[in-house]
Amino acid sequence: MKILVCISHVPDTTAKIQFTAGGTALDPNGVQFVINPYDEFGLTKALQLKEKHGGSVTVITYGDATVEPTLRKALAIGADDAVRLDGVPTDSMQVASELAAYISGQGFDLIICGQESIDYNGGVVPGALAAKLRLPFVNACIGLDLEGSQAQALREMDGGKEALTASLPLVVGGKKGLVEESELRIPNMRGIMTARTKPLAVTPLTGATALTGAAAFTKPAPKAAVQLIDSSNLDELVRRLHEEAKVI
Amino acid sequence: MVLIFAETWEGTFKKSTFEAVQYGAACAQAQGTEAYAVVVGPCTPPVESLGAHGAAKVIHLHGTDRFEPAAFASAIASLAKELGATQIVLSGTANGKSLAGVLAAEADAAAITNVTGLPSQFAPLTVERSAFSSKGIEQCTSHAACTVLVLIPNALGTQQASTQQAGFEDRTVTFEPRSTPGLAQVASGKIPLPEAERVVSAGRGMKGPEHWNLIEELASVLSAGTACSKPVSDIGWRPHSEHVGQTGIQINPQLYIAIGISGAIQHLAGVSGSKTIVVINNDPEAPFFKAADYGIVGDAFDVVPRLTAALKAHLS
Repeated sequence: MKILVCISHVPDTTAKIQFTAGGTALDPNGVQFVINPYDEFGLTKALQLKEKHGGSVTVITYGDATVEPTLRKALAIGADDAVRLDGVPTDSMQVASELAAYISGQGFDLIICGQESIDYNGGVVPGALAAKLRLPFVNACIGLDLEGSQAQALREMDGGKEALTASLPLVVGGKKGLVEESELRIPNMRGIMTARTKPLAVTPLTGATALTGAAAFTKPAPKAAVQLIDSSNLDELVRRLHEEAKVI
Repeated sequence: MVLIFAETWEGTFKKSTFEAVQYGAACAQAQGTEAYAVVVGPCTPPVESLGAHGAAKVIHLHGTDRFEPAAFASAIASLAKELGATQIVLSGTANGKSLAGVLAAEADAAAITNVTGLPSQFAPLTVERSAFSSKGIEQCTSHAACTVLVLIPNALGTQQASTQQAGFEDRTVTFEPRSTPGLAQVASGKIPLPEAERVVSAGRGMKGPEHWNLIEELASVLSAGTACSKPVSDIGWRPHSEHVGQTGIQINPQLYIAIGISGAIQHLAGVSGSKTIVVINNDPEAPFFKAADYGIVGDAFDVVPRLTAALKAHLS
């Protein structure tokens, strides 16, 4: 079982987001970067599948050298080797094209992505990657079991869930449920030591072009101060919801 | 021209479908072109009724009765190419999100998701989207000949429908799924959270799952969906499918009532698109009050039943 986990290097969930002067990009100063939380569920799932079926877990990301600590963290958690596609991506379709170009012919049985990254919230790469590789795709995947060359998956739907079967290789857009929060692994000292010597290959890009670009980033307008209403006067809340907010 | 994927669920249009059709029609009008909708699979309401939301024509594709991303994407992409679509509009429902990336790749299109408004210009296409879990707003530009635009459900709302009928055409096509959908379990009678216009949500302040009847009664009076915080789903008081927040479901209702939820930044990331936020918490220092429009400092077990009664009196 050869498993690839696609990882995004993203600001920590609690990071204060600031944009550079001119608002053209994220200002990374003072921001702690982490493995995208959706990808963490996928990485743990990949390690569990390797323990059950044997094989290897490779992690891949697309970024410049500043993303390497995130790849080393994935190696410390238990991945066997890492690949960095050397460049700075600006568009989801560009990322999907470069990932597909790398993956073609490598013989991966399973490719796990997070269903979206918590930075740009695109959610496009997993499906686009599956289409470019002409492989089956399960998004919002909250359960996955393998039997021989068959996968049984569970996906989240609006207000429910759906079971699916597909043949490997398969591309998954995963989220919590793939494994539980309590199963997530953190690096131990031995993991951190061995991660230093595990292979991290730096691979050149094939020149896929970006189809979109960010013209500007702004922050949402700050919310007006809360209107506190005395708990003995709930009719007043109802009145304001009706007359001011017009939501009832 | 603009092509809209008019999603159906159990043979009927979803509310978010009308929003997507109206959005596509507005894009078409701004460019002096027409909006066509594509319906895939069984559909009970007459497909020409989408004319009421601005579709000039509806193409109804027959040949499958289950959603499968590869099969749907390939059929919609060939239609988009045949018609020369410059935008393909979808609603960001669960199926819409599954479809977006696959469809963009099949249609040789760019993809812009989390769209929150109409394009500010069409040459090049520039549109506002939400990024950084609602902590940033991006003006995103597409340089591709065709762009898949995925809307955040409820972000724009639906306008009054007209009585206009669309032209329609039935076609039978061969679908080529790459996976096999099996058993689907959907909670019956519940409003899917991403579509709910009102959501009542509760956290650990409810002290235990046995007290959720208070939340459900309030939700029922408001015809609202019910949701919960991450700790509540992690400890199993409520199903994961109700967890709203950064790694759960993102929602954009008109009204969000948060009861006994402190308002961690990860929770806010999933709900800050709500138009009006009401926070009920016994801790006046709860950070959620800073993100709220209306706040009530008080004990949920005292406030919620009285609020339910007050709303019932108002709405009756």
